[in-house]
Amino acid sequence: MAGATEHTRDGLPEAPAGTDTAGTDTAGAAAGGGQEPPRAFLEVRDLKIHFPTDDGLVKSVDGLSFQLERGSTLGIVGESGSGKSVTSLGILGLYNKRNSRMSGEIWLDGKELVGAPESEVRRLRGRDMAMIFQDPLSAMHPYYTVGAQIIEAYRVHNDVSKKVARKHAIDMLGKVGIPRPEQRVDDYPHQFSGGMRQRAMIAMALSCDPNLLIADEPTTALDVTVQAQILDLIRDLQEEFDSAVIMITHDLGVVAEVADDILVMYAGRAVEQAPVDDAFHRPLHPYTWGLLGSMPRLDRARSERLMPITGTPPSLINVPSGCAFHPRCPYRELNDGKSETERPELVEVEPGHRAACHLPLEKRREIWTDEIRPKL
Amino acid sequence: MIAFFIRRLVGGVVMLLVISAVTFLIFFGLPRAAGQSTDQLAARFAGKSPTAETITAIKERFGFDDPLAVQYGNFLKSIVAGDTYDTGVEKIDCPAPCLGYSFRTNQSVTEQIVDRFPITLSLVVGAAIIWLLAGVSIGVLSALKRGSLFDRAAMIVALAGVSLPIFFTGLLSLTFVVHAWELLPPVSYHSFMDNPFKWASALILPWVTLAFLYAAMYARLTRAGMLETMGEDYIRTARAKGLPERTVITRHALRASLTPVLTIFGLDVGLLFGGAILTEQTFSLKGLGNLALEGVIGSDLPVVLGTVVTLSLAVIVMNLVVDVMYGILDPRVRLS
Repeated sequence: MAGATEHTRDGLPEAPAGTDTAGTDTAGAAAGGGQEPPRAFLEVRDLKIHFPTDDGLVKSVDGLSFQLERGSTLGIVGESGSGKSVTSLGILGLYNKRNSRMSGEIWLDGKELVGAPESEVRRLRGRDMAMIFQDPLSAMHPYYTVGAQIIEAYRVHNDVSKKVARKHAIDMLGKVGIPRPEQRVDDYPHQFSGGMRQRAMIAMALSCDPNLLIADEPTTALDVTVQAQILDLIRDLQEEFDSAVIMITHDLGVVAEVADDILVMYAGRAVEQAPVDDAFHRPLHPYTWGLLGSMPRLDRARSERLMPITGTPPSLINVPSGCAFHPRCPYRELNDGKSETERPELVEVEPGHRAACHLPLEKRREIWTDEIRPKL
Repeated sequence: MIAFFIRRLVGGVVMLLVISAVTFLIFFGLPRAAGQSTDQLAARFAGKSPTAETITAIKERFGFDDPLAVQYGNFLKSIVAGDTYDTGVEKIDCPAPCLGYSFRTNQSVTEQIVDRFPITLSLVVGAAIIWLLAGVSIGVLSALKRGSLFDRAAMIVALAGVSLPIFFTGLLSLTFVVHAWELLPPVSYHSFMDNPFKWASALILPWVTLAFLYAAMYARLTRAGMLETMGEDYIRTARAKGLPERTVITRHALRASLTPVLTIFGLDVGLLFGGAILTEQTFSLKGLGNLALEGVIGSDLPVVLGTVVTLSLAVIVMNLVVDVMYGILDPRVRLS
């Protein structure tokens, strides 16, 4: 409990610090009037998603801000429990107000979603924003044919006859590369292979031509060969529909493949945000270094060990004080105890490149070039 | 689908044969294995204070001195082809399906079962409709309003329903509703064909009493199923599609959580066809359960054997129905 109050108190004086970067201060907790209009197609400002539980308040997302334009892809990476999936479900408005608390702002194409009534968000869901889930077998209803599920998704938002919707479903299945779609449309999800099922899931998500597509670990449950096909497919369809894509993954390889920008999350907050090239070639946060060091690579001798991040992700009820990453950070000694007491803000260090770390920028650049990069 | 059905059908017939053989062995084999003479066995088939001739006649008639396999064969044969019984006094024709002849009541077992069956059928069908509708809707509402006052109240009532025996709730309702307040006519059985209104009004009380017990179980079962299903990934997908919450609940959640309820429903109805003994006794309805009870109390072996076979037939048929329904409801079952 002590940690929780300290947290909120910290939040107030710190907010103005972000003014020059993304304008996170204007939002505050108020979802009512006085909001600054959004600049980007999707703009998330100071998003907080908390879940009250018997053990305490779980702060799954705790002050997240980012922007995303049409036609571009944002990769959100982080360990399990860093708040990636909660963020995406929160954007879709899939959390029940009864057992969750959401604050901040989510602007989609000029519409604010956090304060909007549930029925309004529901009408946007599936039509303007759609989601591809991780495990297509459990994410599709086992009792309905693939076609029926796509038809259903299409007909909620489009007033068309079943026949027209069926035709559309067949077209969509063909578009995502399912052979003989006019026959497969009547198959059940369990009659599809894993890759085909994920294609069907994508067809369902894209059936209403959404402007925002959120893919939550879309390739995790698939074979590597199929993974590449699915990523290609998402990219092709993104170009065709000019949609904004959020790719949630713990696989940096996937991010490198598809993303334009990358957002590294830790304990519900962004620790680094950068164009994908910068993130891979000039990362400026020790956690990002850890993620890169944990990535197995074929071009490295097998005798060399991976460099995993020590320790485990923090509890989201008792987030460590100061920098949430400090208990696992190998460089915390260099900060004279600042890591334990003060939360680092996300600061723009280079154009489009932000990081939240107490280490002096020069020191971080030095560590990256001298210590980390040679070992990767 | 056809092959699936035929497989289940063959399985059901085999099951019926096994059950009848075991029952036959218990009643006709065990006493002899325990050292009872065939005379003693025959004496149990005769009425009160039988003469020596009757006993010999029965012995011969049933072939008690034959090997058990032959006796069982004859039992099966009479079911298929019918039989004629010679009591020494008169010849009694017992047409197929002949399940035996009760010398205590001087009636063929089949006849007695056919007499009693409509009563049990009426009782079970009425109660089943009530408990399925009430149980499922209460269960769904409870799950959706989990933790609410309604949920808690419903679950307490459900606990009472499961715990209170029928002879308690039945007698209580009889005392007040029929005798004290005279809201309903006394419980009795009238043919549905003659007067559907009379049929229903005279059976409402046993229906509600029996349904109360089962509705309580079904409410708990449905609630648990719904809570589990609402947490499934495909429910999240349905919401992510932008479906209205009502569609999510009915088309997606309810459909999936009803499958296990349906299985239990089939078995329960099948079991009750064999006789809702407590309910029938409480409300003095002369159904199959009452017949079985009379058979057991009076050591009327053919009646006991006949009712057991009928009961197993009911359970097996309902199982078959459930299997087929399952295949229709859950496409994954069709292929396996």
